[in-house]
Amino acid sequence: MKNRLQTNALESEAIYIFREVIAQFDKPVLLFSGGKDSITLVRLAQKAFFPAKIPFPLLHIDTGHNFPETITFRDELVAELGLELIVRNVQQTIDAGKVIEESGRYASRNTLQTTTLLDAIEEFKFDACIGGARRDEEKARAKERIFSVRDDFGQWDEKNQRPELFDILNGKIENGQNVRVFPISNWTELDVWSYIEAEHMAIPSIYFSHLRKVFMRDGLIWSHADFVYQEKEEITEERMVRFRTVGDMTCTAAVESEAHTLQEVVNEIRQSTISERGARIDDKRSEAAMEKRKQQGYF
Amino acid sequence: MMDVIKIATAGSVDDGKSTLIGRLLYDTQSLTTDKLEAIEKSSKQKGYDYLDFSLATDGLVAEREQGITIDVAHIYFSTAKKSYIIADSPGHVEYTRNMVTGASTSQVSIILIDARKGVIEQTYRHFFINNLLRIKEVIVAINKMDLVDYSEEVFNKIRSDFQALNAKSTFKEQTVNYIPLSAINGGNIVTKSENMPWYEGPSILDYLENLKAADVFEKGQFRFPIQTVIRPKTSEYHDFRGYAGKIYGDDISVGDKVCVLPSLNESRITKIHFFDQEYESAEAGSSISIELADDINVTRGDMIVKATELPKIDKEIHAIVCWMDNKKLVIGAKYMLQHHSNRVLGKVENILNTIATDYSGSSPASELALNEIGEVVIKLSKAIYFDKYEEHKSNGSFILIDVATNTTAAVGFIQ
Repeated sequence: MKNRLQTNALESEAIYIFREVIAQFDKPVLLFSGGKDSITLVRLAQKAFFPAKIPFPLLHIDTGHNFPETITFRDELVAELGLELIVRNVQQTIDAGKVIEESGRYASRNTLQTTTLLDAIEEFKFDACIGGARRDEEKARAKERIFSVRDDFGQWDEKNQRPELFDILNGKIENGQNVRVFPISNWTELDVWSYIEAEHMAIPSIYFSHLRKVFMRDGLIWSHADFVYQEKEEITEERMVRFRTVGDMTCTAAVESEAHTLQEVVNEIRQSTISERGARIDDKRSEAAMEKRKQQGYF
Repeated sequence: MMDVIKIATAGSVDDGKSTLIGRLLYDTQSLTTDKLEAIEKSSKQKGYDYLDFSLATDGLVAEREQGITIDVAHIYFSTAKKSYIIADSPGHVEYTRNMVTGASTSQVSIILIDARKGVIEQTYRHFFINNLLRIKEVIVAINKMDLVDYSEEVFNKIRSDFQALNAKSTFKEQTVNYIPLSAINGGNIVTKSENMPWYEGPSILDYLENLKAADVFEKGQFRFPIQTVIRPKTSEYHDFRGYAGKIYGDDISVGDKVCVLPSLNESRITKIHFFDQEYESAEAGSSISIELADDINVTRGDMIVKATELPKIDKEIHAIVCWMDNKKLVIGAKYMLQHHSNRVLGKVENILNTIATDYSGSSPASELALNEIGEVVIKLSKAIYFDKYEEHKSNGSFILIDVATNTTAAVGFIQ
């Protein structure tokens, strides 16, 4: 038996939030992308309910443009922890004619996945969707509550948010509404990496330095892939890169890096002068790109 | 793990609030180059000859359009010593509820005063809310000293005006500090200003760095509201019943005699779990699960306390509430009261008064409108187990939920 438990305030806050979710909602789900933030969520959920199993499924909205390494990792994690995984594909939403595939230089399925997500919420009648968004990521996210109420259309009413006092969480909603829950709201990127390091957590290999076929555009390093639009003059080359944030391949840029271990990654983040979302192509669309997507139901 | 300190700032863009926060981020190297570039670009577009940090703080389109802060933003920075979270709140009277929201989780508050204007109506309101919520540390930041020739007399005058205000405060344990600033050029924010040699105190960051977590975090008796009961029902853990919750107040140790509320059943703590480890003791803020020696009925909404430290148990409470809903509170209205994980129906029996946020006193009232603060008597369908807010912040606060709209209509502080 160990002597005295040292409180980790951020970790305990997240565990507290998970336990409120299970007590206040009938059908929660954890939105899992295979990225470091959602992997951290899985770890925290494990801690919140141990020795019981995580009492809700994972939902992955698959754009079909994922890094294959992420999918492999996802399936291994689910098998190891005996979790239930639900996958819904953006391709099916496109095939059903509900959304139209983007075309051109910046074509991405990032925005389209909102429709797939909202459909899945309706299909399974999820009332709470737990996500790994953090307030330090982006200025619209800095404004969001921990329990963020969405209407029947999945919309976020940013000017009229429910007040959230102390750590009292009010998850009462009407039929058809749902709540997006953000247990690691108050973590920074460095907090997440330090936690992954301290907990010796496994993460997908693309977070570490590797040789990859890439091309340059707008000063960012894009992955070369069949479904990533590439001009003739945008020449494919091989570089040692890694990813700091993992969306799908059409919206996530790589960074040049020699960080091969978790410790090297943490050191690199500590010294970095570029923000994590600086490598998110989806945020570069406009100054209010995130706020607009959130209003429409993006997680 | 480092201490995380939450700081509430309140004020308008005009007071230099964004500049102050921007400077804290900038001088602690917490602003990354891409964010800084965005700020430079936007400042240039607006034709400013200085960096407009409001882009880093006012995250919503509507806020940037109107040049005001509407809702609380959370901003993060850290030093080698501590992590800080700024709850950046609006200062206008119509957003009082958001100010209260931002202050509710903070241990430190920064009240900004424009040196040219001195103590104004808004200052009263900010300080009143700091008193009401019993924020331990208050920094009165007298900004724009560069526009008053860095005058010590101006600083002294504002300080003595504020001290007169402080004399009216009912929260005597509050520490109030006065720091002269020139946020626009960073004076006394991270580094000491050379233009004010007469000021011998610390810069804002020095002051924050020297705070001891033990002094600013709330204390009080051990309170353990049950969030959920963990029952794995597997062969390995067949009889396991872990009472899961977060510790508020004092530590708890294996062997401690406890009492379960509302049943008043007594027992003893046999195990303290955190994930797959067992511990002898745990402290405030830890989300743990515990096992008891006796097989007694414990469910969500119950509370475990030490057997010798019972809170008050009552079906009627007196509280000061801050009204947060557009629908006014009227006498006789019913609301769902949420106190920790416990929800009970309540009826507002009486509204005793509204309290002016400018320290001019209270006046009789029969209703409370949005952003108004007043004292009420609430009758509950079932007893709750509480302390006075001044004795135990988390066990003395609650919210009222409108049962028709589900919105959080008020926050209350039990008297």
